[in-house]
Amino acid sequence: MSKMRYSRRSLLKTGAAAAAASALPAPMIWAQEIKNITLRQFGTGVSNLNEVAQKVKEDLGFTLEMTALDSDSVTQRAATQPDSFDIADIEYWICKKVWPTGNLQAMDTTKLTNYDKIVGIFRDGKLTPESVIAQGTAPHTVGFVEGPGSTSFAKEQTQWMTLVPTIYNADTLGIRPDLIGRPIESWAELLNPEFKGKASILDISSIGIMDMAMVCEATGKIKYGDKGNMTRDEIDQTIAIFTEAKRAGQFRAFWKSFDESVNLMASGEVVIQSMWSPAVTAVKTRGIPCVFQPLKEGYRAWGGGLGLSKSLTGAKLDAAYEYINWYLSGWVGAFLMRQGYYSAVPETSKEFMTPNEWGYWFEGKPAEEDIANPFGQVMAKAGETRDGGSFYERMGHVACWNSVMDENQYMVRKWNEFIAA
Amino acid sequence: MLRRSDVIGWLLASPLVLVLLAFLVVPIGTIFVVSFWQATEFSIIPAFTLENYEFLLTSPVTYKVFWATFQYAAICWAATLLIGFIVAYYLAFHIRSNNTRMVLFLLCTIPFLTSNIIRMISWIPFLGRNGIANQTLMELGLIDQPLEWLLYSDFAVILAFVHLNTLFMITPIFNSMMRIDRSLIEAARDNGASDWQILWNVIIPLTKPGIMIGTIFVLTLVMGDFITVRFMSGSQSANVGRLISNDIALLQYPSASATSMVLLVTVLMIIGALMRFVNIRKEL
Repeated sequence: MSKMRYSRRSLLKTGAAAAAASALPAPMIWAQEIKNITLRQFGTGVSNLNEVAQKVKEDLGFTLEMTALDSDSVTQRAATQPDSFDIADIEYWICKKVWPTGNLQAMDTTKLTNYDKIVGIFRDGKLTPESVIAQGTAPHTVGFVEGPGSTSFAKEQTQWMTLVPTIYNADTLGIRPDLIGRPIESWAELLNPEFKGKASILDISSIGIMDMAMVCEATGKIKYGDKGNMTRDEIDQTIAIFTEAKRAGQFRAFWKSFDESVNLMASGEVVIQSMWSPAVTAVKTRGIPCVFQPLKEGYRAWGGGLGLSKSLTGAKLDAAYEYINWYLSGWVGAFLMRQGYYSAVPETSKEFMTPNEWGYWFEGKPAEEDIANPFGQVMAKAGETRDGGSFYERMGHVACWNSVMDENQYMVRKWNEFIAA
Repeated sequence: MLRRSDVIGWLLASPLVLVLLAFLVVPIGTIFVVSFWQATEFSIIPAFTLENYEFLLTSPVTYKVFWATFQYAAICWAATLLIGFIVAYYLAFHIRSNNTRMVLFLLCTIPFLTSNIIRMISWIPFLGRNGIANQTLMELGLIDQPLEWLLYSDFAVILAFVHLNTLFMITPIFNSMMRIDRSLIEAARDNGASDWQILWNVIIPLTKPGIMIGTIFVLTLVMGDFITVRFMSGSQSANVGRLISNDIALLQYPSASATSMVLLVTVLMIIGALMRFVNIRKEL
């Protein structure tokens, strides 16, 4: 019985707490509630790292649950299961597909503390005022909507952002310099008969078709209006060229997952292939020479960002904004940049990197001492410079962004034919 | 009026009926319905359209892919049957002691203690350009150049299929053989039949149900597979399963459903035809 009765002491305690709460409402209640908040984030493996979740717990106090999936599954989940996540970590081309479903809500840029420091690519599309905007689904074209409930994209910057950019990079071909033994300068080399049976391309249609287009354009066989939005005729020609190469035995295999690309390269089955930068790193850390080769035609770029689920409201929504502001405040950016990606707000990340790291990763300077990634693996020895050079050198040579085409369904069918050929 | 025994019969059957309804009939019904829907990039629209079937049945890719699937199935069936029959025959008729027989049979199942994906992937380093197989052959001086067709080829796909599925052939055949009354074989021998005649006229007819069950296992497993084909061909070959999985990955559920329905009907027709040769229920 005694437990049921309020003791004088407990009454006093609650009373005092209530008084304090009414006097200083926000911080007290916030501090209490935030510990109970769990945000569920899902996305591709690139930025869904447990280290980030741990740091969120330390710095912000709430729990971030991460699920890593491949890009197809991410699209599927964002489009079909809006209640299964709070934060979607998706690429811009996925956003183009998913946004019209209305499963995500636009973000108020006035609540983002570092908004004006975000790199121009994600705001007006221009890296520097003189930059030419690359083909494909450039992030700024799907980065804004007119208003909070809008399902179509705005032509220019507005107060409402679809995704807050977090990570991006410029991709190119990976090569095994030891097995090739001569300089590689053009995308056209992927179809060079010299590498018959030793080339590979990725079997993710939306990205693979772009790599194909880079190759076809480099060989001079096709001139595209917009590689990121091909006509049926351009798709037919592109697939035809690659089908012919496939029949002639140019390709050893196609890969779909990160690990497959690493194994193909590391085992020497393949000496030139489409690749992603962390895969190149993974090959290198096994002590096998591998170069993420800058090519004269430029890079194929991709970018990802965080989007908020429609169902987020109240304290959880506040927590999500808090998380996004924290994301742009530097620690994560530095964490990602030390793996070879770029942060959307590089200047805040600079404070979390050593001058040597900043010089190597961002400015393209030779490393003064060994460069290690956040997991302690040595990525570059003293004296080495980054493949492709500085940030402006690399991101300034983007030829095309990952994209979704108007003729996507047709392209997918053609892709299936290519695989079955 | 229902008799009491009828009621008990229904009650006893009901758990299975409910499970089958919920997990077999309803999902297949759903797939059937969805196969008539429309899809765009990001949404599925309930409608009634024959577009999915129309595209499927008029596309040359479909025929090519179905043909490839049949080829895989036929070759794997022949290979698993040959190996399975020999192994089962050896176990059933050559091993005299029951204990040895059981130990050997259990040995056959040991690979199944690991996941079939792992068993499949472990072929990759073995068959690769610089893999164990090529290195050994080169050291023995049998070849100068590594054999490229060992991995990422149809050969690799079939090898993995046979490796993964032979046990499904061994088990039912072995089971049928063990049930053959040995006095029938003695009688055949007493009447002057040769070993081949005994095999052909006594053993094979009596193991038909086992062969048929094994055949159904192997055919359905091979025809429904997508991951083995993807990994072992290095994504360079396609079968029907891969078409479906590609469609699902691209959110084209209606198209995936239509392909699934066609595959399901095809497999059912094959099994129906097989059933005409042997009445499995009678033989069991």
